[in-house]
Amino acid sequence: MNVVFWILAVITVLGGLMAVTLKNTVHCALALTVAFAGLALLFLQLDAQFAGFAQVLVYIGAVAILVVFAILLTRGSETPSEGVLSHTWFAGLLIAAAVFAVLAWAVLKSTAVLQHETAAPSVSVQQIGSALMGRYVLPLEIVALLLTAAMLGAVMVALHEKGEQK
Amino acid sequence: MANTADQIFVLLKHWIVSVFPIAIQPYLGVLLSVVAIIAVFPGLFALTTVIERKGLGRMQNRIGPNRTGPYGILQPIADGIKSLTKEDIVPTSADAVVHFMAPLVLVVAVFMGFAVLPMGRNMQLVDMDAGLLFFFAIGASTELSIFMAGWSSRNKYSLLGAMRAVAQMISYEVPLLMSSVVIVMITGSLSLVKIVDAQNQYTWGLPHWYIFTPWGCAAFVMFCVAGTAETNRSPFDLPEGESELVAGYFTEYSGFKFALFFLGEYLGMFSISGLGATLFLGGWSAPLQVLNFVPSWIWFFSKVMLSIVVLIWIRGTLPRLRQDQLMNFAWKFVLPMTLLNLLVAAIWRFMGDGILRWIVCSAILLGVYVVVGTVEMRRKKYGPRSYRYAE
Amino acid sequence: MTPLAEYLLVAALLFAIGLAGALTRRNAILVLIGIELMLNAANLNLVAFWRYGAHPELLTGMMFAIFSIAVAAAEAAVGLGLVIAIYRHARTTDLDEINRMKG
Repeated sequence: MNVVFWILAVITVLGGLMAVTLKNTVHCALALTVAFAGLALLFLQLDAQFAGFAQVLVYIGAVAILVVFAILLTRGSETPSEGVLSHTWFAGLLIAAAVFAVLAWAVLKSTAVLQHETAAPSVSVQQIGSALMGRYVLPLEIVALLLTAAMLGAVMVALHEKGEQK
Repeated sequence: MANTADQIFVLLKHWIVSVFPIAIQPYLGVLLSVVAIIAVFPGLFALTTVIERKGLGRMQNRIGPNRTGPYGILQPIADGIKSLTKEDIVPTSADAVVHFMAPLVLVVAVFMGFAVLPMGRNMQLVDMDAGLLFFFAIGASTELSIFMAGWSSRNKYSLLGAMRAVAQMISYEVPLLMSSVVIVMITGSLSLVKIVDAQNQYTWGLPHWYIFTPWGCAAFVMFCVAGTAETNRSPFDLPEGESELVAGYFTEYSGFKFALFFLGEYLGMFSISGLGATLFLGGWSAPLQVLNFVPSWIWFFSKVMLSIVVLIWIRGTLPRLRQDQLMNFAWKFVLPMTLLNLLVAAIWRFMGDGILRWIVCSAILLGVYVVVGTVEMRRKKYGPRSYRYAE
Repeated sequence: MTPLAEYLLVAALLFAIGLAGALTRRNAILVLIGIELMLNAANLNLVAFWRYGAHPELLTGMMFAIFSIAVAAAEAAVGLGLVIAIYRHARTTDLDEINRMKG
């Protein structure tokens, strides 16, 4: 059990690392897909099958393709002219390291994580469906509204304006 | 006797597994099932290539391959030897790693889809609670491999073909999912095994297959259209349009990698046909109750092969759709019809048994179809065909 | 370390990597990639706490994660639409070049 977790964790973190450090943007997008796949497998390891399959379907099947299309439409696959790092890169790195240090310290020092070695919950899709239609029906409807608004917004933002050259 | 023939593969697997020690028995069982899938479906793929070439040949008024063996039946062996021994050419400016990984990702993703299909009574690899969701999630991953293939070749034609293919696959993914959601709604479960069990009942000897209901028939038609588009088959094969884009996104592939792409495409066809048979045609259940003595896996594979033959037939008959016609069709016609289908299925469920619900549901579906169809056709001003000749 | 602590550390590491990517790269799309990584790390946190938490039968963590996935997809779509619109106007996705409002 533990071995599987460490392999998946290494795959995910490596994927994430490659996604932010590689020079070629399309390679970054493909490494991001590997990170998503690793995360989906971690969800499966946590007995959250529905979340894992939804992660594959939404992130790998839609978001990764969206990112790749955006890279192609903005000519991102050509080599950049002035290097890949922004001029404030050192500050950014420092901030990220500080955030990780704080989070890791909080996790390792906390006593709450030592409790609750519970057995694996058996979640059926039926329960998820009842929960979505019962306890979580308001968030469901709001998310539906949000998705509609986001879709319309994305189309409006990316639409060619009248008379503008393509 | 009939039960033995029906369960012969399951009994065989249990017998082989029982020979080994208890500790590795579960793993060995899974391994045997996986080996069976990997052996059977490429074998069917080989058979399908012969059927396709002979069938298309006959439809186009010519004989297909007939040199290798009687009626060309050994042609797949010749094709296999050819693709294995051909030189593997990789363009120098191509992205080597991504170029190598693309066919692998495709084949792996397509093989994983077979894990949840129930190919007979008790003959599925895994009985997942969310089996249908798993199938569609894996199917969505194949689009990425097509993009990888097209982009890594550094070839404008490949890239164009890949982008067209991905756009088409995304557009038809939503109608595919929505037409399957109707089945989930009526059955009450995402598990493919339960869906087949729900269809395995008989009234007056006729089965309860979902295709025999108004909403099921409409959903089946839309599933077929969307499935054909998902696997890039004619009339939706613009991405590999042989007359326009050389070979589309796999232009730069040769030898074994091309064979892997070919394999992946045909296995995708099998996968979608298998899912269509499971969701709409009752999976492994027999058409008439009297025919239950025939083993269940024979029924499943005959339904799959029938779907393949129909796909080949459609390929030889219909002309290709243009990219914008294809996308228009998906978003402006098929998607609204799937949503209407959901509504009709809900009406069906709440009306209770009787002849009235058949009439109401069929009337709604046919009425909307006819009205929308005539309105769209009138807008396009189709008239009698006219010819223009070069002067 | 308890399993929960291991998952939380992996999520924290992924979050930090995403944050580093969002803050150090020039290309706008890589910033969005970093944001997606951060959202995924938060999802992992949610599901880990659901699994090793007090009342897993309430499904709270998993539901939160599923809604988060949906919202993240919508946000990615709008963000990438914005990047494409900016590219159409400024002919570049380099964030250091898009500084018209500076000083």
